[in-house]
Amino acid sequence: MSAQSESRFVSAVKDSAAGGLIALALFSLMLGMKAEVASGMGGQLGIEYRWGAVAIAVGVVFFGRLILNLFVWKAETPVTGIAAGLMPKASSFSGLGKFAMPVFLVLAVVLPFLLMSYYGASGSRRYLDLAILVTTYVMLGWGLNIVVGLAGLLDLGYVAFYAVGAYSYALLAHYFGLSFWICLPLAGILAALWGIMLGFPVLRLRGDYLAIVTLAFGEIIRVVLLNWYDFTGGPDGISGIPRPSFFGLEFERGEDGFAAFFGLDYSSVHRIIFLYYLILALALVTNFVTMRLRKLPVGRAWEALREDEIACRSLGINTTNTKLTAFALGAMFGGFAGSFFATRQGFISPESFTFMESAVILAIVVLGGLGSQIGVVIAAVVMIGGFELIREFAEYRMLVFGLLMVGIMVWKPRGLISTRTPSISLSGKAKGISADLVQEGHG
Amino acid sequence: MSSWTNNPILTIEHLTMRFGGLVAIGDLSFNVGRGDITALIGPNGAGKTTVFNCVTGFYKPTEGRIVMHRSNKEKFLLERMPDFKISAKAKVARTFQNIRLFGGMTLLENLMVAQHNPLMLASGFTIGGIFGVASFHKAEKEAVDRARFWLDRIGLLERADAPAADLPYGDQRRLEIARAMCSGPELLCLDEPAAGLNPKESGELNSLLQYIRAEQGTSILLIEHDMSVVMEISDHVVVLDYGEKISDGTPEEVKNDPKVIAAYLGVPDEEVDLVEQEVGL
Amino acid sequence: MEYFLQQLINGVTLGSIYGLIAIGYTMVYGIIGMINFAHGDIFMVGAFISLILIVTLGVTASMPLALLILALIAILIVSMALTSVWGWTVERIAYRPLRGSFRLAPLITAIGASIVLQNFVQISQGARNKPLQPLIPGGFTLSEGAGESGFIVQLSYSQILIIVVTTVLMIGFTTLINKTSLGRAQRSCEQDRKMASLLGINVDRTISLTFVMGASLASVAGLMFLIYYGVIDFYIGFLAGVKAFTAAVLGGIGSLPGAMLGGLLIGLIETFWSGYFSVEYKDVAAFSILAIVLIFMPEGLLGKPEVEKV
Repeated sequence: MSAQSESRFVSAVKDSAAGGLIALALFSLMLGMKAEVASGMGGQLGIEYRWGAVAIAVGVVFFGRLILNLFVWKAETPVTGIAAGLMPKASSFSGLGKFAMPVFLVLAVVLPFLLMSYYGASGSRRYLDLAILVTTYVMLGWGLNIVVGLAGLLDLGYVAFYAVGAYSYALLAHYFGLSFWICLPLAGILAALWGIMLGFPVLRLRGDYLAIVTLAFGEIIRVVLLNWYDFTGGPDGISGIPRPSFFGLEFERGEDGFAAFFGLDYSSVHRIIFLYYLILALALVTNFVTMRLRKLPVGRAWEALREDEIACRSLGINTTNTKLTAFALGAMFGGFAGSFFATRQGFISPESFTFMESAVILAIVVLGGLGSQIGVVIAAVVMIGGFELIREFAEYRMLVFGLLMVGIMVWKPRGLISTRTPSISLSGKAKGISADLVQEGHG
Repeated sequence: MSSWTNNPILTIEHLTMRFGGLVAIGDLSFNVGRGDITALIGPNGAGKTTVFNCVTGFYKPTEGRIVMHRSNKEKFLLERMPDFKISAKAKVARTFQNIRLFGGMTLLENLMVAQHNPLMLASGFTIGGIFGVASFHKAEKEAVDRARFWLDRIGLLERADAPAADLPYGDQRRLEIARAMCSGPELLCLDEPAAGLNPKESGELNSLLQYIRAEQGTSILLIEHDMSVVMEISDHVVVLDYGEKISDGTPEEVKNDPKVIAAYLGVPDEEVDLVEQEVGL
Repeated sequence: MEYFLQQLINGVTLGSIYGLIAIGYTMVYGIIGMINFAHGDIFMVGAFISLILIVTLGVTASMPLALLILALIAILIVSMALTSVWGWTVERIAYRPLRGSFRLAPLITAIGASIVLQNFVQISQGARNKPLQPLIPGGFTLSEGAGESGFIVQLSYSQILIIVVTTVLMIGFTTLINKTSLGRAQRSCEQDRKMASLLGINVDRTISLTFVMGASLASVAGLMFLIYYGVIDFYIGFLAGVKAFTAAVLGGIGSLPGAMLGGLLIGLIETFWSGYFSVEYKDVAAFSILAIVLIFMPEGLLGKPEVEKV
């Protein structure tokens, strides 16, 4: 026993030493030396040494691995085993959706009042802005979930439709002076049309090819927005985008304003609260439509398509049209979210629509669990909300974001909520279907 | 006169399918009789599944004509139609050699997907469905009833809400047939439905197929290796070898055809020559 | 004509760099069927490692030629080795645990790894771009501007270096894949990973080696990029990566000569587009080519067509 445990210790140390060596190779140059244009060297590059940082990084890897080796990977009773026993079983999560949805909903509706009463009108602004941001991502996640989660079509250029929506509103308002409420549906329709236009030629591609073509389209749209200076303002973007009104009432000080009409004291927070409810409503519409569609033939065809496209064709389903509806619908919701983004910011530029945005939205969908609506909410709250709150470490934000993406996927490749709820039930008490049985689609 | 000559549901004329230089099917012609169970048999690699893929539109034949005669006197040239239309319009349904169920969906959902087109129409192409119009609810209820009927028929009603991938192999085969039947076909093409079944399951399959033919009025075209199934239930047997038809007739005729015996059992070369002389090749 | 010739030279140079990166994509896609999204960033890391080595060793154009060449070879080797460790680590941490799992998961971890690499370099090396004095100035003047356009065609020494190094590496590498047991192991893993492991091939090691080779070639591309353009930043990996992937797809993914051919074509298209139409839309040209190729010729120029099994 003791000899065995000793050899275990030795092998653990050896393994950790190997890890440390690799860390040394990784970090000695990239972390330990910084090539920087030094002042007073005539624009020449100089090297700034940081051996301390390397020592820390190597130390962290060595001791981290040693601890994991001794107590988790090579231990007779891994600590994680004990921890797993304390964790609720995966099956108990399947009912989560049932009560979590109403709880989230109530919380979302009363949130502004909670924040107002706790932080006061001006103090709550920051949190309301954050809530709006998170809800925007929830909506985008839900929109993309139709495409990726239900229909199994991997779309890496979703942000293109977000951009189309935002620019549609901005340009329609700029050139024709149309109001937000007219532009909102138009933006959605335009985005859906773009979805169909882009989708039609590419939807017969399979798997990663579809992913890469959608990525390419996303980039094309961004580059065009960036360079079509006369029309879109290029990198300067479009500013002075009109704010939405509350059924014709502007959020302004004065006689005709929203506050005066309702006999309230004017506060700039009113507009923020209104925007929050606006995006909440838009997101809920997205969710409602999606939940509804899942139970309709078209939604079932999407899921069947994800499971087996050839079988679908043998059953008389027009797979091209079915894919297009998913693509167009996802694009439409992206377009709605885009025009909301434009009206909230009052300013848009191509910088907001980079590939990174698509990646973040896709990450939210996949991390939450493909096809799971509640999963998207949880992932958006954690990934977006969590990070905005640690603004102090803004520099490390994306680094941690990327690490979390890798970590969560390795831990739970199927996402946080991975059971599939049947769309129809004969007995009325159908159980959730384990993710292991559910296909992820080939497109 | 046999039903396949005077009342065919499907006529295949001079069907040829080449993959590059390989001739998978060469100038094949045969008929499938209305109301018959027709078996397409032949050694491995004879081109049976290729015929199926041509009939159901997954391959476009190099040459030839495939005509579906529906009971309402409509004619469809299948070689010109995309696969999904063959199922939707010409009412030809099929199953697959390697079962293709929607594994992550429940049995009921599988059967609902098969009724996609009528339901889509009833839901007013989704728009009516979103607002929950009454006609859609009615159509949906009928669809569920049809699914329930078929689940009951294949003895899987109990498991209606279980995921299809959880079913044992034999049940999956029967579910795939039920799913094909839910699309309301006039011709059902089954690719090796008895493969991998034990004798009991094989017997159940026979009675299911006979039920489908007798009670539903659906004609069946099947590929099968299991001769007990073929000889017991089929009215008409077509034998393929190397992409060509070598025999065509009733099970009794085919069973005694020397060319079939030669193709299946193999014979000394002299005897092949002899047989070929006899049949005039 | 002179203008055309100059664009051709520039296009081939750029194409060589894309081709070197594309090989990494094509090999990884061939063997495990995933888009290694972080590969572009591995290229970027390779460029940074080369940069740091160049600055640390004080390599400049004023060195004696022999010493300069020797130093560059040394830098190339060290940079290949260190970048390989990065490639290996990414595979080990982000992809290997997900082998045989859900197809989307490694794609997400790949995007995650790409974000991590970019931001790590941004933090550790700073966000400002890094200008380097030209290491290999000068070149041949092929045309003195004698034509009516008066355009001077130049073939710089750095361009010659890039094209020569790429050609040598390509030949060596193709031999490695076609002739050695490692190449055989790789091809067998491409065909059927399970069977390969049953026949005693260490699949994990073969895949790791694929990443190592891809990363080392990307680091060569990094050094070449640095020498050619003389400036890098932490963001060069994304665009170069997407274009190299386009090249791999254009040439037929999984095919080594295809990757090189695709790289050359993308380089040429991009250069000619910038030269004759507009610089702003050169990326649009590259991406449109990608879309068009995938739609009309999904197997690429030298790839094998995929037959749908029913």
